[in-house]
Amino acid sequence: MSDAGVTGPTVAEGTVAEGTGAAEPPPGPVHEVVAAHPARSGLARGLRFADAGLVVVLVLLVVAGSVTSDAFLTGSNLRNILVSSSVIGVVTVGATLVIIGGGIDLSVGAIVALASVWATTLQTQSYGPVVMVLCAVLVGAGAGLVNGLLISYGRLVPFIATLAMLVAARGLAARMAENRTQLVTQDAIKRIATTDVLGVPALVLVLLATGLVGWFLLERTTFGRRLVAVGGNSEAARLAGIDVRRVTASLYVISGVCCGIAAVMIMARTTTGSSTHGSLYELDAIAAAIIGGTLLTGGRGTIVGALLGVLVFTTITNIFILNNLSTDVQNIAKGAIIVAAVLIQRRTGTRSSPAPT
Amino acid sequence: MSENPAQPMLDRRRLLFGAGALGAGAALAACTSNSPAESATTAATAATTAAAAAAGTPVTIGFSAPAADHGWIAAITTNAKSQAATFSDVTLEAVEGSNDVNQQISQVQTLIDKKVDALVILPFDGNALTEIGITAMEAGIPVINLDRIFASPRGSRTWIGGDNYGMGVAAGRYIGEQLKAKGVSAPVIGEVQGIANLQLTQERSKGFADALATFGFKVSRQVSAEFTVESGQKVTADLLQAAPKLDAVWNHDDDQGIGVLAAIDQAGRKEFFMVGGAGSRNAMDLIKADSGVLKCTVTYPPTMASSAINLARLVAQGNGMGDLVENEIPASITLASATVTKENVDKYLPLGFAS
Repeated sequence: MSDAGVTGPTVAEGTVAEGTGAAEPPPGPVHEVVAAHPARSGLARGLRFADAGLVVVLVLLVVAGSVTSDAFLTGSNLRNILVSSSVIGVVTVGATLVIIGGGIDLSVGAIVALASVWATTLQTQSYGPVVMVLCAVLVGAGAGLVNGLLISYGRLVPFIATLAMLVAARGLAARMAENRTQLVTQDAIKRIATTDVLGVPALVLVLLATGLVGWFLLERTTFGRRLVAVGGNSEAARLAGIDVRRVTASLYVISGVCCGIAAVMIMARTTTGSSTHGSLYELDAIAAAIIGGTLLTGGRGTIVGALLGVLVFTTITNIFILNNLSTDVQNIAKGAIIVAAVLIQRRTGTRSSPAPT
Repeated sequence: MSENPAQPMLDRRRLLFGAGALGAGAALAACTSNSPAESATTAATAATTAAAAAAGTPVTIGFSAPAADHGWIAAITTNAKSQAATFSDVTLEAVEGSNDVNQQISQVQTLIDKKVDALVILPFDGNALTEIGITAMEAGIPVINLDRIFASPRGSRTWIGGDNYGMGVAAGRYIGEQLKAKGVSAPVIGEVQGIANLQLTQERSKGFADALATFGFKVSRQVSAEFTVESGQKVTADLLQAAPKLDAVWNHDDDQGIGVLAAIDQAGRKEFFMVGGAGSRNAMDLIKADSGVLKCTVTYPPTMASSAINLARLVAQGNGMGDLVENEIPASITLASATVTKENVDKYLPLGFAS
């Protein structure tokens, strides 16, 4: 599919989604609102200038890693970094879309926990691996739908609705698991963590596939344009004829589905389902999205940037462990690196992207 | 080791968890009820208290512990309940577990107001619960302080708990002996801690290092997880990258150990042996099967909750411990950490707790 596939005339280009002072509806009968980006070729658009800053950070980290530890620049360690990024990466894809759409999802970690527990109860496991995967994804989608309905139709603030979900989903997970760690008995699920397809770990492929779908949704579909418009200025989007509530609700369902997929991955990685899984994922995912150039207020952001953000965090942790540094030092440095990454990225971003219109 | 590391991430985590526990309680208390004591490990009450085993004056024991958010704490609560159920003369008043010290303080206050005959308290934070312990003692209610110790001995009649330092020593000694027997001269030893800034973790690590030092060994690689399966898997995956060859690994906690073992399996590593910690049922099953790297675990037994109930009953009924000469129970009891291997695992299996 290409830009030509988008329905309707693109008259409103540049007027709505910037979200600054665009309170007036675009003139004339508008059927479709298009994001403010000028059409660029696919990859160039995915890899914006803002991302370049993050690539610089990543390169610096790789240099630091190789200098300080012989074990860093090895095939098995790079593979390890990618696999470690895969679970939180999938969650980040969904969370980033929500943020671009002007919302926030604090419940991602709790939904991962709930889905992992629900999919590993003795009963679910007795139906086999396919049902377990379906169960995890459905639980994720269901929880996301509840979030979405509460926010779009119940008019709850996203922060509150998803905070409530965070609390309730973890509680339900703990109750279902009776505070036990549930062991995965189905070998097919465990094998996901050890299987390679064409030399690439299956978990990394799942991340790539999710990222690709997310990127496609955001950059290449009507839905993507709508969600950017809603995130930029929901009132303008509404006046332009976008069903804001439906777009918003769908975003949380997508985020929930991502959590369900991540739950399956974590079940494979840890061979368990537990109410403690996914702890602090909400912060990790939001942090990755933000250092990846996503505006916390919505309307702007990229999947590629967010995934680079995830890679930065995983690489930092990896380098610290390779160098035998204690957790306190890790946390101090992590905070500093977050700030540094955002500063570097902002400089690169402002210097090299003269506002396109 | 730095003394008081600032860890904003952990604080936030605790805050979120606390909020989670609170909300879960509020949301679910209305529609579900706790099924009474599941499959708990009832500690075989040894013959020691034979004198007092016969039913005596009926007593009510109040019980308060943190939220059962992982296997070990869950086992503490179920053990206390099932142990109390074995006595016809004991009524247990157990309050819902909480990771919010304020809530725990008010719960204990409620138990004091109800004038229970004795209290068993495993505080979420020993320092924070000290005052309420003192209040109870001054109200004439004997307090059995379980595991996490109060800041003042005035807060409790008796303290009973595990030996974190001793646990580290047991693990270090086992690893040292095994490596010595194999004739390894400069071994690469890995350590997977629990939450690094907890005092108990530091005590375990100190015991481990001290015991290894007697063999002339030291820890080469140390990582810290968060007592959860997921964190155990994550840090171990990195640890294995950092150390292409290992001789031995001590993992502080069998709950997170499931993740540690998953990471080891996924990396296909088997050149070393591993020692666990705490003594979960799952770990003991693996030791008995002897099919993987896990060869041993050093216990930190949650059966201490059962013993605490026994102590509370004895003190409330005015009895001493059967095998001791004194008329009163001791003021403090430190449980020894047992080293469980394939050879003696059968003896410990019934005490293993479900992760």
